[in-house]
Amino acid sequence: MGPQRATKPGFGAEPRLKMHTFPLLPQQASVQAGQVDAIFFFMVAVTAFFSLLIAGLIVFFAIRYRRRHDDEIGVAIHGSLVLELMWTIIPFFIAMGMFGWGAKVFFDLYRVPAGAMEIFVVGKQWMWKVQHASGQREINELHVPAGRPVRLIMGSEDVIHSFYIPAFRVKADVIPGRYNTLWFQATTPGRYHLFCAEYCGTKHSGMIGSVVVMEPTEYQAWLSGGPTSDSPAATGEKLFTSLACVTCHTGDAASRGPNLAGVFGHEVELQGGGKVVADEAYLRESIVNPQAKVVAGFPPIMPPFQGMVSEEQLLQLIAYLKSLKGPAARPGAPPQQK
Amino acid sequence: MEAPALTYLNNGHGAASWLLTRDHKRIALLYLVSITVFFVIGGLFATLIRFELLTPEGDLLTSETYNKMFTMHGVVMVFFFLIPSIPAVLGNFLLPIMIGAKDLAFPRINLLSWYIYVLGGAFTLYAALAGGVDTGWTFYTPYSTAAANTHVMTAAVGVFITGFSSILTGLNFIVTVHRMRATGLTWFRLPLFVWAHYATSLIMILGTPVVAITILMVAAERALHLGIFDPALGGDPVLFQHLFWFYSHPAVYIMILPAMGVISEIVQAFSRKNIFGYSFIAFSSIAIAVIGFLVWGHHLFVAGQSTYAGLVFSILSFTVAIPSAIKVFNWTATIYKGSVSLESPMLYAFGFIGLFTIGGLTGLFLAAMGIDIHVHDTYFVVAHFHYIMVGGAIMGYLGGLHYWWPKISGRLYSEAWAKFSALIVFVGFNLTFFPQFVAGYLGMPRRYHAYPPEFQVLNVLSTAGASILAVGYVLPLIYFTYSMVAGRKAPADPWGARGLEWEIPSPPPTENFTVTPVVSEGTHQYGHSQEVGLA
Repeated sequence: MGPQRATKPGFGAEPRLKMHTFPLLPQQASVQAGQVDAIFFFMVAVTAFFSLLIAGLIVFFAIRYRRRHDDEIGVAIHGSLVLELMWTIIPFFIAMGMFGWGAKVFFDLYRVPAGAMEIFVVGKQWMWKVQHASGQREINELHVPAGRPVRLIMGSEDVIHSFYIPAFRVKADVIPGRYNTLWFQATTPGRYHLFCAEYCGTKHSGMIGSVVVMEPTEYQAWLSGGPTSDSPAATGEKLFTSLACVTCHTGDAASRGPNLAGVFGHEVELQGGGKVVADEAYLRESIVNPQAKVVAGFPPIMPPFQGMVSEEQLLQLIAYLKSLKGPAARPGAPPQQK
Repeated sequence: MEAPALTYLNNGHGAASWLLTRDHKRIALLYLVSITVFFVIGGLFATLIRFELLTPEGDLLTSETYNKMFTMHGVVMVFFFLIPSIPAVLGNFLLPIMIGAKDLAFPRINLLSWYIYVLGGAFTLYAALAGGVDTGWTFYTPYSTAAANTHVMTAAVGVFITGFSSILTGLNFIVTVHRMRATGLTWFRLPLFVWAHYATSLIMILGTPVVAITILMVAAERALHLGIFDPALGGDPVLFQHLFWFYSHPAVYIMILPAMGVISEIVQAFSRKNIFGYSFIAFSSIAIAVIGFLVWGHHLFVAGQSTYAGLVFSILSFTVAIPSAIKVFNWTATIYKGSVSLESPMLYAFGFIGLFTIGGLTGLFLAAMGIDIHVHDTYFVVAHFHYIMVGGAIMGYLGGLHYWWPKISGRLYSEAWAKFSALIVFVGFNLTFFPQFVAGYLGMPRRYHAYPPEFQVLNVLSTAGASILAVGYVLPLIYFTYSMVAGRKAPADPWGARGLEWEIPSPPPTENFTVTPVVSEGTHQYGHSQEVGLA
């Protein structure tokens, strides 16, 4: 196991009567945080403007046109097409502007820059299990270097969780049966809240931890410190043999299963037409439920591994498959020759 | 001594005359009593939640109990109070009168819908008493089907059953509006309250069956292990979210549209002026009902749905805000050059407009994909939907109850106390829920039993506000009840308002109208027949 710190039992350590002051805004500790805050402030301004406009008009009209005697009646005004068009069209364009801006921020949050380092995360009731590419593991903590894009590949062992780092303004649901990813680039060393944001049962509010941002050199030192297990790819390679994947996926032209070297990130032709890009989700599906999308030219003989491999083992198998360099099926690195 | 006039209240005595009644007005009162009971129960759950959150530690309740409290609070308030509130009480009472009819189209079905509601409520209460349910009111899978070992089935059956009560009410309203309007009451002379209920009814009959089927699927997976949502059985947990929100987002409009109808009536009555832009308000209700069915995916921006689907849901969610904005502008313009009197219903209406404006605009934050990633499932969302449902729907309901109470009960309540309680509700509400916007943007997740200490100040403010809000809700209960006993008798039209309901006695006779009315103009005409342009 990695350099685990004792996980906090809850938030109980503070003296009861002492109240913390609170900031009005969360810390900005990622490159994305400023972008999210910018549109947020814009929308706060728009909200304040329209709320005050409406409230001001109502109060003004209520005073200016207050009933002065009991049988007074108002002036019959039935409407004004010009005004209706004005207060339909102007808000519409403001709303569309917000939509575009919000979508732009979303796409920036969504598109992972090339060269992001990958870290695997598995959520389960009620903890976060993390494994770094070097093999270092931790629970309820995530150590990352500042200044480098990090991509989390996340799966769940039981119910839906959600990985949330407020200081980075990022969040993604962690859903059993599929992978969700999120990426961030931390800017400022420090310790930040990690929350589970999707209600997941009794100890949901205890499924918390810290993200520790370190200077890159400190991070390297941290990675090499403490007892280390094999890298996910190395563990995956052992699983590939022990689960007997290797007996069919030999890498030979005559093998019963497709050659997997270099398959990651490439298009695969499917039985019955159609193509799919072999990403993490497809590889996962092809292990737990191989009949779902069979590669063209191969008989559907692989047994489903649903329930036989844990989420972490799945991630390790995928890490191994990703480590096999293509081009697919060329001699050089067929898996069984290791 | 003259014998008291025969009204719907004294026309028949004893339990049977109420429990077997087919009079829409008596059924409305049956609903009034039962939703009040559920409101009190839901409020007690909220009280426990707020007391637990006074301190960062989870020290008052266990985690299991806390989780059950917010679940039962949501289930009771959404399904057993907010959804039936205005339609089943005020709509039931007023819709036939406003269109000049003696009753709804199907009086027996109307009574049946109340019994169905009570049966569903009984199941849900049984689930609460037997040990509770802890899935959240959203019943997300696979937690609800594979993990939770609380009374999920009983609570789900309760929600399933009560859905049919909504469907029957919606059906009844739609047929009534189509078939039973008085002579001369054309569609564009209908009170806006009726338009709002018509739009609401469309959602009720089109949306509710979907949530019913979804609940059945959850039950099938829990009991029979049919793999629908649980990936371990080959299902897809996100499918549940699509199906659930396909109903439950429009359900928000079931709660708010009738309140908008109430506000349209109040603003006209207390400005002594017809509405500004009648057809824009009427059609914006329909637009909300239609577009509201196409925005459910904004609940799934972080669930890994396709980014292009996300884009479409985002743009549609921004679009559905426009009809609401049109209503707010038109209400404001209605007050212009009115004869404005600030009696308690109008205070509630002003409160509604202000809080709904903030609630609606903060909804745009959640429609903006980039911001939603951060605030999704935080207290920002909790604050937003309480501004809509409590600041909007409940303010509308209370405003309507104050406006039509003299008609319903035949008695006048204490206006001074009513104004005071309106003020208390407004102050208490803002103190309760505004800090939650701040807590949410700071990153406090919802449904947290314990929380980091830096959020404590905001939570203490919120609990203080909730205590004030509770006073504001208890006061009307007291002075309405008191008015039944000792209130002055109400005249037919205590506000000097216009509309068919104000032309008949307070309280109305069982048959509403002794002579079927003939309508020659729209509602809320205060004596000006000339068309006046905007000066």
